Amino acid sequence: MIWETVRLSLRSIRRNVLRSFLTLLGIVIGVAAVIAMLTIGSGTTEKVKADISKLGSNLLVVRSGRPAGPGGPGGLDQVVRPLAEKDLAALVAHLTGARAISPASQKQVRVIFGTESLTSGVTGTDSAYLDARDWKLVSGRPFSDSETRSGTGVCLIGETVRQQFFGTGDPEGEIIRVNRTSCKIIGLLEPKGYTGFGQDQDNVVLMPLHAYQRRIAGNRDIDNIYIAADDRTPTSELQPRVEDILRDARRVTPDRESDFAIRDMTQIADAMASATTTMTGMLGAVAGVSLLVGGIGIMNIMLVSVTERTREIGIRLAIGAHEKHILIQFLVEATVLSLLGGIIGILIGLALAGLASVALTIPFAPSPAVILLAVGFSALIGMVFGFFPALRGARLDPIEALRHE
Amino acid sequence: MAAGAPLITFDKVWKSYGQGEAKVHALAGVDLAIQRGEFVAIMGPSGSGKSTAMNIIGCLDTPTAGTYSFMGIDAGRLDRNRRAMLRNLYVGFVFQGYNLLARTTAAENVELPLIYRGVAARERRDLAMQALSQVGLVGREHHSPAELSGGQQQRVAIARAIVTRPTLLVADEPTGNLDTARTHEIMELLTQLNTELGLTIAMVTHEADVAGYAERTIRFLDGHVASDSKNLEVA
Ligand SMILES: Nc1ncnc2c1ncn2[C@@H]1O[C@H](COP(=O)(O)OP(=O)(O)OP(=O)(O)O)[C@@H](O)[C@H]1O
Ligand SMILES: [Mg+2]
Repeated sequence: MIWETVRLSLRSIRRNVLRSFLTLLGIVIGVAAVIAMLTIGSGTTEKVKADISKLGSNLLVVRSGRPAGPGGPGGLDQVVRPLAEKDLAALVAHLTGARAISPASQKQVRVIFGTESLTSGVTGTDSAYLDARDWKLVSGRPFSDSETRSGTGVCLIGETVRQQFFGTGDPEGEIIRVNRTSCKIIGLLEPKGYTGFGQDQDNVVLMPLHAYQRRIAGNRDIDNIYIAADDRTPTSELQPRVEDILRDARRVTPDRESDFAIRDMTQIADAMASATTTMTGMLGAVAGVSLLVGGIGIMNIMLVSVTERTREIGIRLAIGAHEKHILIQFLVEATVLSLLGGIIGILIGLALAGLASVALTIPFAPSPAVILLAVGFSALIGMVFGFFPALRGARLDPIEALRHE
Repeated sequence: MAAGAPLITFDKVWKSYGQGEAKVHALAGVDLAIQRGEFVAIMGPSGSGKSTAMNIIGCLDTPTAGTYSFMGIDAGRLDRNRRAMLRNLYVGFVFQGYNLLARTTAAENVELPLIYRGVAARERRDLAMQALSQVGLVGREHHSPAELSGGQQQRVAIARAIVTRPTLLVADEPTGNLDTARTHEIMELLTQLNTELGLTIAMVTHEADVAGYAERTIRFLDGHVASDSKNLEVA
C-alpha cells in the first residue's frame, strides 16, 4: 500500500518535471547550503587544528609593543622599544617550566642561487628554534652553538627553496646568496605545507641570529621570542612568569603597561576554532531560512496539486477511499518531493564542498551524521508543510469534488 | 437482514439546501423501496432531485431529514469513513462523464477500488482482467482513457464498478454522453449484469427507451416521487 503510494507520487512528480523541479529549488538550495557549509566548516576546523599544531602547541610568542587592545598594538603615544638580547638572556636565566626559548627576527628577502631567485622568509635565530617550533630536519644538522654565537654564514632551508634551486637534488654544502651576503646550506627542513591563510611554510631560510642582525637587518633587534612550555607546564601558567621576568628585565615600572605582548598559540587555536564554529552556525541559520522558504514552496505546490486533482480525489472518495487514504497519498507525495530535493541538495552540497576543499586546500570532511540529518530533515519538511494541503484534500466533499471541472 | 426486506428504503427523506428565503428542497419527503436484484430506472425533469436521490442511495450523501436505510443499516447517520467503507464493499458507481483517472491505464483504473480494500497486487490484476473481460474490453487494458472511445471508457467505468462484486450499481445518466448504438450496447451490458450476477441497479436516465431496459420506472417531480410502475416486458 505504502509502496503503491510512493510509486503513484513519483508518477505525479514526473508528470510535472519542470514544476516539481522549481518547487524543489528552495529545498535543494537550502540543503545544499547546509551540507556545503557544514562540510567546509568541519574541514576548516580540522585544517586550523592541524595548522595550530604545526605552529607548535604550548607555545608562547613574545613581541615588542603593547598588547593588542584599545589604541592598537604599540599604541600611538610611545615609541616601540624592540626586544633585545638581554631580554632573552633574562628569560634563559630565570624562566622555569620552559622546554625551549629561542629568538627570531624575520624579513622577506630575495634569495639567489646561480641565475635563479626567490623571495623567502628569512629568519635569524638560534639552535633552540627547531625545538621551540617542533620543526625537524630531513637532512643535515642544526646550527652549532659557536655558529650561533659568532654569526657564521650558514643556513637551513625549507622544501620550497630547495625545489626552486636544486629540484630534488641534495642542497647541502651549496652556497646561496641572501640579500647581499652569502651562506652555506647545512640542512634541509621537513616539509610543512601551507597554513590556513595560504602562507607557504616551506619557503623559509633560517640563519644564526647574529648573522641575520649584522648582514640583513642591520640592527641588534629581536622581533620575537618563542617559548615552548615543557610537558608539565600549561602555557597559562607560563605566561605570567614570562611577563614578570620581562617587565623586570625591561625595567617597566609597576604603574605602566608592559611594552611587549605575549601571544598564547593555544588560545589562538581555540579562538580560531570557535570563530569557525560561529560562522558555520550563522551560515546554518541562513540555510535554515531557505529551508523554510523551500517548505512553503512545497506547501504551495501541494495546494495547487490538490486543487488540480479535486476530481480525482472525488473519484477516489466515491469508490471507497477513506480520508486517511487521501491524506496519506498527498503526504507521501509531499514527502517524496521534498526528500528528492534533499537528496539533490546533498549531492550538490557535497560537490561544492569538494570543490572548496580543493580550492582552499582543506580536507574534504563529509559527515555521515550531517547527511542523514539532512535526509531526515527534508523528509520532515515535506511532512510538515504537506500536511495542511493533504488534509484539505482529504476533507473534500466527494459530491462537490466530483462536480469540480 | 430478514429475507424479503428491501435493499434500499427511503422513509420520508428530505434533502434541503440553503437557508431561509433561498431554501431549496431537492427531496421533499420521499418514500421509496428497492428490492435486491431489481433494475430500476429513475426519470424526471431536470432539477427534480434524481441525482440527489442517487447520491443518497449510493451512500455518498445523507438526508437532511428522514431515514435512509441500506441493507438494513441506517446509512444516513453513518460518518464519512463508514459510508466510504459501505461504498467500497457494496456499491459501484457509473457516472455520465465516466470519471476515469486520466493518464492511468484501463486496468489500473479498474484496480483502484481494490487498492482501498487492501487486495494484493497479483489478485488485483487478475480481478481487474476478469472485470474487463466481463465488459468486453480484453486487449485494451493498457490503454489510457484518452486512447479509448466514449463507449469504451464507460465500459472501463462499469468494470471498475463491478470489480468489487458490489450489491448495488448506481448509474447517473450512464448513456448521457453516448450515441444511440453505444447506448444500446451499454444497456445490453447492464441488463446482462443484472440478470447474470443478480446486481441491483438504480439508473437515472432522460430517455424512455433507455428506461425501457429496466423492469421498473420511478418518476421524480419537484423532489417527490410522482409515479412508480413496473415496465411492460417489451424492450
Ligand atoms: N449542492 C447544492 N447546493 C444547492 N442546491 C443544490 C445542490 N445540489 C442540488 N441542488 C438543487 O437541488 C435540486 C435537485 O438537483 P438534482 O441535481 O438532484 O437534480 P436532477 O434531477 O439530477 O437534475 P438533472 O436532470 O439536471 O441532473 C436542484 O434544484 C438543484 O439546484
Ligand atoms: Mg442529475
